[in-house]
Amino acid sequence: MKPKVVQYLDRGELPLKEGEALALYRAMRRARFFDEKALTLQRQGRLGVYAPFMGQEAAQVGVALALGERDWVVPSYRESALLLARGLPIHVLILYWRAHPAGWRFPEEVRAVNPYIPIATQIPQAVGLALAGRYRGEDWVVATSIGDGGTSEGDFHEGLNFAAVFDAPVLFLVQNNGYAISVPRSRQMRVDFIARRAEGYGIPGVVVDGNDAVAVYLEARKAVERARKGEGPTLLEALTYRLAPHTTSDDPSRYRTREEEEAWRSKDPILRLRKALEAAGLWDGDAEEVLLRELEEEFARELALADQAPEPSPEMIVEHVYKEMGPDQKRAWEALRQGKHVEELW
Amino acid sequence: MVAEKARVLNLVQAINEALDLALAGDERVLVFGEDVGRLGGVFRVTEGLQAKYGEGRVFDTPLAESGILGLAIGLAMGGMQPVAEIQFAGFLYPALDQILSHLGRWRHRSRGRVGLPVVVRAPYGGGVHTPEQHADSPEALLAHAPGVKVVIPSSPERAKGLLLAAIEDEDPVFFLEAIKLYRGARAAVPEGYYTLPLGKARILREGKAATLIGYGGMVEVMLEAAEVAAKEGVEVMVVDLETLVPLDEDTLLGAVKETGRAIVVYEAMRTGGFGAEIAARIAEGAIDHLQAPVVRVAGYDAPYPPFSAIEHHYRPNARRVLAALRRVLTY
Repeated sequence: MKPKVVQYLDRGELPLKEGEALALYRAMRRARFFDEKALTLQRQGRLGVYAPFMGQEAAQVGVALALGERDWVVPSYRESALLLARGLPIHVLILYWRAHPAGWRFPEEVRAVNPYIPIATQIPQAVGLALAGRYRGEDWVVATSIGDGGTSEGDFHEGLNFAAVFDAPVLFLVQNNGYAISVPRSRQMRVDFIARRAEGYGIPGVVVDGNDAVAVYLEARKAVERARKGEGPTLLEALTYRLAPHTTSDDPSRYRTREEEEAWRSKDPILRLRKALEAAGLWDGDAEEVLLRELEEEFARELALADQAPEPSPEMIVEHVYKEMGPDQKRAWEALRQGKHVEELW
Repeated sequence: MVAEKARVLNLVQAINEALDLALAGDERVLVFGEDVGRLGGVFRVTEGLQAKYGEGRVFDTPLAESGILGLAIGLAMGGMQPVAEIQFAGFLYPALDQILSHLGRWRHRSRGRVGLPVVVRAPYGGGVHTPEQHADSPEALLAHAPGVKVVIPSSPERAKGLLLAAIEDEDPVFFLEAIKLYRGARAAVPEGYYTLPLGKARILREGKAATLIGYGGMVEVMLEAAEVAAKEGVEVMVVDLETLVPLDEDTLLGAVKETGRAIVVYEAMRTGGFGAEIAARIAEGAIDHLQAPVVRVAGYDAPYPPFSAIEHHYRPNARRVLAALRRVLTY
């Protein structure tokens, strides 16, 4: 049976409390604001290679806001919106994308781990983190995220199977944006919906319109509640689209058409939610202007903070390899701290 | 801290005892892997532990090594102390992405926030006619992964204390157990809880003629060769590295400088094996003291042979070590 694609927006439905709807919108708008600023900074040489998420805000923010304070997120590299919505300070995120060590230690109070670069390795780790909560008598839930291409990896399968067998409290978010860099979904799999694979693991699979923040949020909340009650994991597939390149080094015109991009631009998750909020009398141009001014001020403040981070020093390379440095790290550390290399101390 | 009383145990029993003590002493300790629960492990290393500590703390996983490593990493992230078993070291390969990309990198990439006190135990090595793939010695692969430690005990009493130290350690430790020693090695093992330091090599036998360097299943081979040589009046020094990472370079180089002749013994494939690292360190740190080339006695550059009638020709033995000794003494 073909799964139903859960959708609320564009049907005149807004089954949320006013505060929830506004919180979703603000967090998505804030994320988009960051994404645009990040692309600009990258072009100015003030950020490293950056992976934009533009177009996927509903999928990420919808899940982030469905989580409780004690829950964890285990993100891949395209999840800056998820991290921001979970409370990672903007200056830390800037420093992360600057590849500055000060941005790689996330604050203790942020229940998120660093983004994963290899594909799908986060999936079994998220399961372990989820089970650790159970052992410790804490009822935290773990939300982890992957793209459509990532579901082809063996670790995706192993992780989902482990989660199912152990009833692990995990929400697996698949952001199906149609492409793994350039390779279309049709070359990744034969199934029409990734969520269908859930059946193979004996867990629920849900498909949502991933550009519909309300649908993502409500379905994610159900999954989190199920997980917290000990009813196990859920696979949540969000159908979405990456409006920007894979990274700042990518050229999407080589693999997708302008028409396709434009068609998705008209389904921009932020515009769609804004329309619904306006129709419900919860938002207008003035509110938008106030929000943008706040975001501009916040970003300027945070950028200034990031700019203040001292230059990293070379000996940091061998710090935090082990809890206590081994003799090899110690030797290197001594040399690097003096502005030398080990070969120069022989 | 070594307890007073001791009994004679084999390697399986000594490791089982260490796991038992770790489970009893710290409720964060979890033991899991393939067949470690009800069966007690294919070598019975975990025998009786599930019955004693329950299915929550000693459990079977699905048959997926990458999943096991990923699970261990996540559990450690969440504050647990996982002790995972990989059924044979040659079955670690599906988990290499978890090992090389993550296990030893989390502390570094999180700048100290996420340390992973994971222990991964795996039987390794040949000598007992195991099926194909079951006799691999992938310690060099693991030593080449950043941020992990690699420990390979050579006897039951060392194994017990080193495993307890590995479990206490706050970084990931691979603990490789020589299959040949599981029931072949027997020694007096102290009762009770004790740890032995990681990162320390031991000199097992003093001698002036040459220095034999090895670890794990090769230690008894080196000692046998040393015994034979002694009968001919040649006294050789025997060094058991015990911990490959972090390597105790001071003891290694000191032992080589004393004799000026070094033979490195390991049962993995020769090329790119951990013995090459030892030879390189000796060349870098002690070449002025060398009277002969550093010689490696290792597995041949071929897969460990699954052919039981001839497999003993692959794994180094005392005869090969003695041939190498003749070479360095007559150089």
